[in-house]
Amino acid sequence: MTSTAFLQYCLTGISIGGIYALIAIGYTMVYGILRLINFAHGDIFMMAAYFMIFAMVDFALPWYVSIVIVLAATILLGVVIEKVAYKPLRSSPRMSIMISAIGVSYLLQNLATYLFSALPKGYPKIDFLMKTITIGGISTSVVTFITPILTLVFVFLLLQLINHTKIGMAMRAVSKDFETSQLMGIKINRVISFTFVIGCFLAGVGSILYFTPRPSVYPLVGSLPGLKCFIAAVFGGIGSIPGAMLGGFVIGLSETFIKAAGYSEFSDVFTFILLIVVLLFKPTGLFGEKTTEKV
Amino acid sequence: MMSNILEIKNLVVSYGGIEAVKGIDITVPEGQIVTLIGANGAGKSTTLKSISGLVKPKQASILYKGQEIVGKTPDYIVSQGITLVPEGRRVFPNLTVLENLKIGAYLRKDSLKEDLDYIYSLFPRLKEREWQMAGTLSGGEQQMLAVGRALMSKPKVIMMDEPSLGLAPLVVKDIFKIIQTINEQGITVLLIEQNANMALKVAHKAYVIETGTITMEGTGAELLANEEIKQAYLGKTK
Repeated sequence: MTSTAFLQYCLTGISIGGIYALIAIGYTMVYGILRLINFAHGDIFMMAAYFMIFAMVDFALPWYVSIVIVLAATILLGVVIEKVAYKPLRSSPRMSIMISAIGVSYLLQNLATYLFSALPKGYPKIDFLMKTITIGGISTSVVTFITPILTLVFVFLLLQLINHTKIGMAMRAVSKDFETSQLMGIKINRVISFTFVIGCFLAGVGSILYFTPRPSVYPLVGSLPGLKCFIAAVFGGIGSIPGAMLGGFVIGLSETFIKAAGYSEFSDVFTFILLIVVLLFKPTGLFGEKTTEKV
Repeated sequence: MMSNILEIKNLVVSYGGIEAVKGIDITVPEGQIVTLIGANGAGKSTTLKSISGLVKPKQASILYKGQEIVGKTPDYIVSQGITLVPEGRRVFPNLTVLENLKIGAYLRKDSLKEDLDYIYSLFPRLKEREWQMAGTLSGGEQQMLAVGRALMSKPKVIMMDEPSLGLAPLVVKDIFKIIQTINEQGITVLLIEQNANMALKVAHKAYVIETGTITMEGTGAELLANEEIKQAYLGKTK
């Protein structure tokens, strides 16, 4: 492998890894606050792709308007899912709400099949994102180049929000103790909705970046990336945002290099082996907190 | 004539069909320390949680300054000036001491500077540990933080659920001193204790609650002198 090729693969790897990171953050934040693995998250990511097709193909809107619409619709979808499928189960056992999440996942997949048919649909091209640029001998598309940068910017902003704002403080408080948070006057439902807003916003951004260089969208397209991002979140330590980002990058890079080495069919296998290894040897992940049972 | 800041009438709370509180009446005069004593599971905590809106009573009338607060949300009740220091302190372990105090003032929009200084003057230890995660504090320090956090909401009524639980005797003394200091500032205190001896000594008024009903009431001194109370709660034999 020449050094140019190596750098090329690195860029591709951190680019796809950045997308995984954006989606993984959605998993990790929802888990952090609700202790729920939001199995529908990958399908929200898929729906965001259909929203884009709607906006740009069916309504022929310009890309900058479409992006705003996609993000808004994705956020709305996530918040509605939370209100309808998770909120009524807030005081139920955790298993019930998880089953509800799996139900929502299937519902979205089948809804998409019903509405848009199972045939792949072409994803609209945003021209400027697809332009080829050459940096230091590596030629790549704009989208591949800006993805990791956007990821880092969003992670930075998110950490600022969580650590240095009032709503961020409320999120950290709610993630530890619902009841006491209420005693402080925090409206926990608002904080939870806000968490879904952020998670779905990032899934929407991830969806645009993911599908732009890819040809098509179909109803089950969200499930495998969804699982991988869930693994990224577990690898980094579920509940930890930097962990989810790191997990995303690790999975993106390893996948890319495995494919580059000619073992494409094993790239997904690797990701799942990673999950098993993490669960066996460090179930709390890299940055995960040890869960101590309350006495 | 002193007015009652809090009047609880016929409070009934049931958990899954089992009545934990079976129709109790409590009146809390403004500016006093009122204590509820009783054994584990008597319904004390449930009573406080009902007042703060965390638990929905099956039936009740809870008047705060003459206004009905049953069915109101916890954030509304806090905003009106009733705060609860929960059992087991429940500070946010992942927030710093300063953040814990700030979150106590979550609904306030005015400057917190003066109140922080006031809390730090009550509890100089908290000032020293301002940037420490609350989870690393000792039990006594956490209790001080929990009280400080509650005071940050500028309450008119502060309810405390077992503030002495699990603390060393010296620390317990400090906590009770603080309770009296707070009360002298004009804040009404509704205190739950298993440490009946200490609670009755500071209380102006006291209720004994047993398996969901009030069995006795009187001034702190009266109950302290009562033979039955001595035997049941103060560990003294005839």
